[in-house]
Amino acid sequence: MSGPLLQVKGLSTHFFTQEGVVKAVDDITYNLAEGETMGLVGESGCGKSVSALSILRLIPNPPGRIVAGEVLFQGQDLLQMGDDEIRQVRGHRIAIIFQEPMTSLNPVLTVGRQISEALELHLKMDHKRALERSVELLNMVGIPDAGRRIKDYPHQFSGGMRQRVMIAMALSCDPKLLIADEPTTALDVTIQAQILELIKNLARETGTAVMIITHNLGVVARYADWVNVMYAGKIIESAQAGELYAAPRHPYTLGLLASVPRLDQPRKTKLAPIEGLPPDLSALPPGCSFRPRCPYAVDRCAVEEPPLLEVAPGHTAACWVDVRVAKKTAGVVHG
Amino acid sequence: MVSAQSDGKVLVDVQDLKMYFPVTGGILFQRKVADIKAVDGVTFAIKEGETLGLVGESGCGKTTTGRCILQLYKPTAGKVLFEGTDLISLSGGAMRRMRRRMQLIFQDPYGSLNPRMTAGAIVEEPLKVHGLAKGRELKEQASELLRTVGLNPYMADRYPHEFSGGQRQRIGVARALAVRPSFIVCDEPVSALDVSIQAQIINLLGELQEQFHLTYLFIAHDLAVVRHISDRIAVMYLGKIAEVADRKEAYENPLHPYTKALLSAVPIPDPLVEAKRERIILTGDVPSPLNPPPGCSFHPRCPYVMPRCSQVTPELKEVSPGHSVACHLY
Repeated sequence: MSGPLLQVKGLSTHFFTQEGVVKAVDDITYNLAEGETMGLVGESGCGKSVSALSILRLIPNPPGRIVAGEVLFQGQDLLQMGDDEIRQVRGHRIAIIFQEPMTSLNPVLTVGRQISEALELHLKMDHKRALERSVELLNMVGIPDAGRRIKDYPHQFSGGMRQRVMIAMALSCDPKLLIADEPTTALDVTIQAQILELIKNLARETGTAVMIITHNLGVVARYADWVNVMYAGKIIESAQAGELYAAPRHPYTLGLLASVPRLDQPRKTKLAPIEGLPPDLSALPPGCSFRPRCPYAVDRCAVEEPPLLEVAPGHTAACWVDVRVAKKTAGVVHG
Repeated sequence: MVSAQSDGKVLVDVQDLKMYFPVTGGILFQRKVADIKAVDGVTFAIKEGETLGLVGESGCGKTTTGRCILQLYKPTAGKVLFEGTDLISLSGGAMRRMRRRMQLIFQDPYGSLNPRMTAGAIVEEPLKVHGLAKGRELKEQASELLRTVGLNPYMADRYPHEFSGGQRQRIGVARALAVRPSFIVCDEPVSALDVSIQAQIINLLGELQEQFHLTYLFIAHDLAVVRHISDRIAVMYLGKIAEVADRKEAYENPLHPYTKALLSAVPIPDPLVEAKRERIILTGDVPSPLNPPPGCSFHPRCPYVMPRCSQVTPELKEVSPGHSVACHLY
């Protein structure tokens, strides 16, 4: 296969509000290869969901608008497509699973109707065939007694089961790309593990590329090949998963990794939080937007914004400081 | 988190606590048709100065247990002894006076603060209710409390919506601290917060515990966070305690199959470690407490299930000093 499946180039999505322009996504660029799993990591409000919604042009306008960039999917720019064309992509070639399995299903339609809708629309199946296929899909995602459950309404399913229904719906038309926006955040720990395994196994079987959007670095470690870390609307570090966790180069990534207690490490008496608060996206500080919270900041950070530069083969980070050197000095200061 | 386990004095003693919520049916006359056994015979003790972590999935009754201890629900049966006094038998007035000693920090920093009160007024309210301060002293104490939790006293005039999630949670902590309690129930205090902010609040809770010699019941579903903050861990499943042990024991030598599964489900932020880890993926959902499975309520999901498990409910028994488990395997 030549060229990546998805190429996002210089994408910027801004929201024009009374308080000013909120640069939710600001000039982000990344590629996603066919069959690959990519993790998009960041805290709430960093623009990770908006960047994913922008791909499918699901940004409410007004107040939001994609102001610049290209989103090439199988070589076609999704941003230049007509409304009818993009509708053919949504739910067919690119599918999305939302965080809230409670609110993203229609409560007054049976789950069978909701799954078969996409099949009838995109794959032009007749109603009977579509329902049969829906039963197969529900079986595939592990819903017991699928033939009967297809007539049930969303409220008759538990949270984990609803998320399975969402996955069945998303995979119904055999998409090339599956976007999972915090697919397990609303679920219990043991159910989270079930759902993530399911997504991984199904994606592997069907060769679907997956974009997992999450704030949980642990989730990404287990499932992603590639990780992009976002902060204040920008990608600030990008690397292969193994490389990113073994040798993080942006102070924010370092901070995120240090601030979570880990079960596989001896217990520390104190956690190392990232001090301060995430910035207001409508009034970003000049220079690097992480500077006010950064323990490594130097004078240059306040004036010049660091570009995303290659720090190791295939590993990019947006920081003026080499944290490997700075870490040693900081170690001396703190004893 | 220096715990005063040396004296080992029990502060809160929960004995066979039960909380059933009635389910009613019928059109004209609401009759009771069933009980939801949210908490079904829970026994544990919390020593002075320690943190007991109460872990479980949603709907397992951990929040209900916390609220029953504080008498925010009237338990169906059982005893809650606070320094030897049975709270359930106390009269309304006596209980109100007792409440000064025990406080609650809520999960949702958005829903638990009155949007029409300033941060200062929120923190002052418990002081007023319990008649602990008035006039200038009231203002001074409120400022001092805000400073203690890491907020600037000049923020006292602001309303909750002007604060971020982490700052709001700090206000909630200040409000709980206002009456100088000895026992605080922390009900998922960090799960609604961002990762980088969670660590700030956890550290704050640890510092305050040392400073004011507090005892915590820390309710959470994140096992990594619980390990960090707790001295002992109790795991709940469907209204019952599945396992209780010291922190080290619970994480290094978990016995109950459910505890093992919970631990293995926690992702570790390191792909190399993840690749080598053995995982137990449970099948099925948490059953409804309205209609729990017979015998051990975990048996339909348990990888080690035996014929006995569906017939006999396992009792919580001590298998080594300080380590109890409710499972037929032991």
